[in-house]
Amino acid sequence: MAYVPLADRDSEMEMHHPHTWVGKYVWCQDHKVIAIQYGSVAIFTGIVGLVLSLLFRLQLGFPESVSFVDPSFYYQAVTMHGMIMVVYLLTALFLGGFGNYLIPLMCGARDMVFPFMNMLSVWVFLLSVIILMASFFVGGGPTGAGWTLYPPQTSMAGTPGHDMGLVLMLVSLAVFIVAFTMGGLNYVVTVLQYRCRGMTMMRLPLSVWGIFVATILGLFAFPALLVAAVMMLFDTLLGTSFFMPAIIESGQAMDYDGGSPILFQHLFWFFGHPEVYIVALPAFGLVSDVLSCHARKNIFGYRMMVWAIIAIGGLSFIVWAHHMYVSGMNPYFGFFFATTTLIIAVPTALKVYNWVLTLWEGDIRMNVPMYFAIGFIFTFIHGGLTGLFLGNVVIDLPLSDTYFVVAHFHMVMGVSPVLVVFAAIYHWYPKMSGRMYHEGIAKLHFWLTFLGTYAIYLPMHYLGFLGVPRRYYALGTTDFIPQSAQDLNAAITVAALIVGVSQLLFFFNIIWSLRFGEKAGPNPWGAASLEWQTPETPPVHGNWGDSLPTVYRWAYDYSVPGAHEDFIPQNTPESEEPTVQEEHFNPDQDDSLANV
Amino acid sequence: MSFFKNITNKSWERKGIIGGLKPEGAFDTSPEKVALSFFLVVATVVFSLFTVSYFIRMELPDWQPLTEPAQLWFNTGLLVASSILFQWARTIANSDSPRNIKTAFIGGGVLAILFIVGQLVTWGNLQDAGFYMTSNPANSFYYLLTGVHGIHLLGGLWVWSKSSIRLVSGSEPQEIKLSIELCTLYWHFLLVVWLVLFAILSNT
Repeated sequence: MAYVPLADRDSEMEMHHPHTWVGKYVWCQDHKVIAIQYGSVAIFTGIVGLVLSLLFRLQLGFPESVSFVDPSFYYQAVTMHGMIMVVYLLTALFLGGFGNYLIPLMCGARDMVFPFMNMLSVWVFLLSVIILMASFFVGGGPTGAGWTLYPPQTSMAGTPGHDMGLVLMLVSLAVFIVAFTMGGLNYVVTVLQYRCRGMTMMRLPLSVWGIFVATILGLFAFPALLVAAVMMLFDTLLGTSFFMPAIIESGQAMDYDGGSPILFQHLFWFFGHPEVYIVALPAFGLVSDVLSCHARKNIFGYRMMVWAIIAIGGLSFIVWAHHMYVSGMNPYFGFFFATTTLIIAVPTALKVYNWVLTLWEGDIRMNVPMYFAIGFIFTFIHGGLTGLFLGNVVIDLPLSDTYFVVAHFHMVMGVSPVLVVFAAIYHWYPKMSGRMYHEGIAKLHFWLTFLGTYAIYLPMHYLGFLGVPRRYYALGTTDFIPQSAQDLNAAITVAALIVGVSQLLFFFNIIWSLRFGEKAGPNPWGAASLEWQTPETPPVHGNWGDSLPTVYRWAYDYSVPGAHEDFIPQNTPESEEPTVQEEHFNPDQDDSLANV
Repeated sequence: MSFFKNITNKSWERKGIIGGLKPEGAFDTSPEKVALSFFLVVATVVFSLFTVSYFIRMELPDWQPLTEPAQLWFNTGLLVASSILFQWARTIANSDSPRNIKTAFIGGGVLAILFIVGQLVTWGNLQDAGFYMTSNPANSFYYLLTGVHGIHLLGGLWVWSKSSIRLVSGSEPQEIKLSIELCTLYWHFLLVVWLVLFAILSNT
């Protein structure tokens, strides 16, 4: 079939404008509604994950204070917390939520390429969440094998939820991967084929680049999880021995023989490491746009930022075994993976430098999204530096099973992306809702979250150096864990409770402002990228009114010397560029420059 | 490579409209074909990882090679014929005269159904001969790999059946030309996957 250019097809593009409430908000093919559905389901699941974490934190800080948190429940809560946060919250929220909302708007498209498949994606995602939640209600409860689901212990009687809980987890993951693949193909093809006229790849905002590359990573990495989940399902349900070795359970030989648990670990981490970047790359992209906009400065080193995203994406596929140093491996193998792990720090550090240089001498506006974005730079540097420790085999071995690792990955892929999620929600909320949130509450939310997470995770580094083991239901009394460490644990729990409860501020603010927030106007931040230039706010179905926009410049024309305003939207032609010279610039009379 | 040329653009220096109506860097084909191409890469990753797992698991001492049933040669023939018919249908759809399009397109799908039936028959025969899924990892992998391949083929047949219904109910071949082309591409892909799997299964 000959290619019909998008702009020519515009008039014939079918827009199914829904007329009923159900058509508009339930079975809806509009990418913006789908984005909010994706985001809501992901955030709801995330709240479940958050509550679970508070329950097991209570057990750690104040042992046996909550009667139903017994060892089984503890492990189930830890497992579900991990899986929910990594896959069902962050992956779904960044790609399904922000990806869906921003890609068509930032590319200048009317919708995703395949709107029906997009709608299917969100409903299949919901199905996967329902299956996951169902495991709380089956006999034996959800799996308590740890989010990594390592065999053989996943399937042994000593592990809570080793039968139905595990099966539901694996089925839910497989269904999630189907949903993600449907959505992912949409995001990739939309970015490649549905950009508007003049929108070259290098004019795309970094948000789109981050989401685009992360989606490609997801498309190539999730199959590894699918393969592992399918083979583990066979082991569990049909009695094959792909992963299960010959093993004795409570004195009885189990019906397995010869399987390779290490094979599972390789498959899992071949998915698991790119997964870190599936979460991180969209965060990198979104935070770049937030920083640039609120610093009124173009992003420093745009091309480098794009290259770094691509380089990180590529490298992320050859570092997976650094999660397996303690599993035992050929020393040269460890050497290789330690080297690649340290190499990936180069493009990542480059990005951090560029964020800081974007702020350098910028006209920084301390709006709420900026608080979270700058907070992200702190937490990400912090988590990244501890990653340099753990990337080395000799340092990883003693620290691997301690709270140091918990502190590291929560700083780098827990707190950091979540701060970006908040930055992005606060940044795009005026576009999504047409209203502004309450700034005071939002700032209070920031300080409680930012300082609170430091109060949680900073002491964990110290606990890790002491050698306090992770994954333990109770620490008991041992010589190497002094009373001060126990007290620290209690303090961490108090901080976690405060941070957990303070998220209510966020939800209250977002819901309250929908109705009572000030009207925001189409472009309250003075942003240059395309999504702020829609004819209506919030954008309606079809996004662009009668004709698609045309793009004349990149997304970062902020504080251009000689320009009338401190930003030039992407769809402003060169000829209409209002320059100061043309208007007989007189600094005393020019109000717009008076604030600069 | 245009991709590398693209990502070295200094976008802050270039102003004005770049490219024509087609966005610069977009593939010169339909979005459906781009999506299918990406999906084929994803499916390749799935099959590669199963294959890698097969080779790793094979090294362990309890592995007893399975002698593949001779019927697989017949099944392979069916799949090859199916692919040829699809290719024929594609050629007809690109030509001016729509003669034989139904025979080619529907015949291709029917042969694929026969292939799946043939695969199920080999499963039955193996079970009768005592080669159960759990008796040896080589057997487990045989059922797993053929099963995963079969599921991919069933997915293709679902699309094929929708297009076939349209073709039988009087749609012009031109209208489902894209669908025919995508089916053909997918069938060729699954044939290649099957040939590789078959080669691995019979040589180990």
